Amino acid sequence: MLKGHQSWEFVNRPRIRAEATVVGPDEGEGPLGDRFDIVHGDAMLKQKSWEKAERMMLEEAANIAIENAKLTKEHIHFYIGGDLLNQIISNSFAARTLAIPYLGVFGACSTSMESLALAAQLVDSGSAKYVLSATCSHNCTAEKQFRYPTEYGSQKPPTAQFTVTGAGAAVVAPDGDGPMVVRATIGRVVDMGIKDPFNMGAAMAPAAVSTIQAHLHDFQLQPGDYDMIVTGDLASVGHEIALELFDKHNVPIRETTFTDCGLMVYDLEKQPVQAGGSGCGCSAVVTYGHLLKKLREGELRRILVVATGALLSPLSFQQGESIPCIAHAVALESGVTKR
Amino acid sequence: MADNKNKKLTMTQQEYQQVAKRKEPPRKVLVNCLRAFMIGGLICLIGQALMEMFIHWFDFTEKTAGNPTVAILILISVILTCLGVYDKISQWAGAGSAVPVTGFANSMCSAALEHRSEGMVLGVGGNMFKLAGSVIVFGTVAAFFVAIIHFLFGVGVK
Repeated sequence: MLKGHQSWEFVNRPRIRAEATVVGPDEGEGPLGDRFDIVHGDAMLKQKSWEKAERMMLEEAANIAIENAKLTKEHIHFYIGGDLLNQIISNSFAARTLAIPYLGVFGACSTSMESLALAAQLVDSGSAKYVLSATCSHNCTAEKQFRYPTEYGSQKPPTAQFTVTGAGAAVVAPDGDGPMVVRATIGRVVDMGIKDPFNMGAAMAPAAVSTIQAHLHDFQLQPGDYDMIVTGDLASVGHEIALELFDKHNVPIRETTFTDCGLMVYDLEKQPVQAGGSGCGCSAVVTYGHLLKKLREGELRRILVVATGALLSPLSFQQGESIPCIAHAVALESGVTKR
Repeated sequence: MADNKNKKLTMTQQEYQQVAKRKEPPRKVLVNCLRAFMIGGLICLIGQALMEMFIHWFDFTEKTAGNPTVAILILISVILTCLGVYDKISQWAGAGSAVPVTGFANSMCSAALEHRSEGMVLGVGGNMFKLAGSVIVFGTVAAFFVAIIHFLFGVGVK
């Protein structure tokens, strides 16, 4: 149901019946290493190319999520997913294997919440019973497509971020006892004229702030109504900027725990990831692997996940264009009764 | 505030960019320069040692010892690139490992490795000079202008 100008309230409270995460070695060594379903020791997954490895992780995550939901893929009505590669090949090719009616979406790193919001909308409106929402990213495919060859010796600035090698999938269902998807806010594209592709956090921070403010306005909520508001991949630089913008706009963000998936997935002190994590997989593995477990355990009751995406292409930044950014917010509530 | 460079940006954008600039962690320019000096110097020292070796033990002259020296440096760089070590050295050393001939070899080797999955012709062949190509193009252009200056004014080496 439309709420305010750009938000949906899911009145039937669709549930996340099951979720799964698959990550690479660097994420496994990070502080959330024991929260993922599969940790691969080899980022190549014994495949012939990085692209195949990325697709493999996505298929594994999708299959485990469907299995954990005690369903088979024939039960799933639609599969909504996207990734960072040109023509979203990881998802389209995985959809070929999964053979589930498929809607490919692209929202760069915001795809995790974009697909989850759409999945929840389909289930809430009765357009589908079970919908699979999935996304993935791979450090090496992203480096190859957006930057330099992985083995090329170039020094990354301290604002650079490290693309997460990982895939996350969730099965949204109309009933069950999993975490509820209660609200979503679709972001608008914000471009503050940042052109540096090695400073995505600064480019994306205004989009996150814009979406969070729109969400709070549409539902007449305060940040304190959530136990946690977590952004997708602003990392250390973008997170600081977002905090400052909230202060400037007089949004009492400090009433809640305001954090970022890109700061949680790696140990910034020990791992060479510069400002933190990024990529579609970043918000997906942290949300599906870590935060949903906390919701299931009842440790967190209400959270708002705001996945942020930089909608640039290798061509656009080489031609000197600035980086348009977007953020989509999904509010999740614990399904367990209060202890 | 509206200088020429920013004239296409709105006031809010300019204001935001100032905030973003302030929050950007500074690059450690001095440390990077020192590291680049050390590693770049070390690579040159290894090169000099190799050259002396060729002159003293293998009967090369000062003029002919250059080629085998460069070949060995390139080989070392390519091996380190293939083992996935060179990019780690570079993150620490910056320009120190990029400027010497080893950096050039790394740029070609890394591109070739990266695009091996697209086949030998379109992948390796087509992409090997992806990064190194501009070095060759602008190196040649620069050499052309230096040669013209030399021709017209007769300056430089005879």
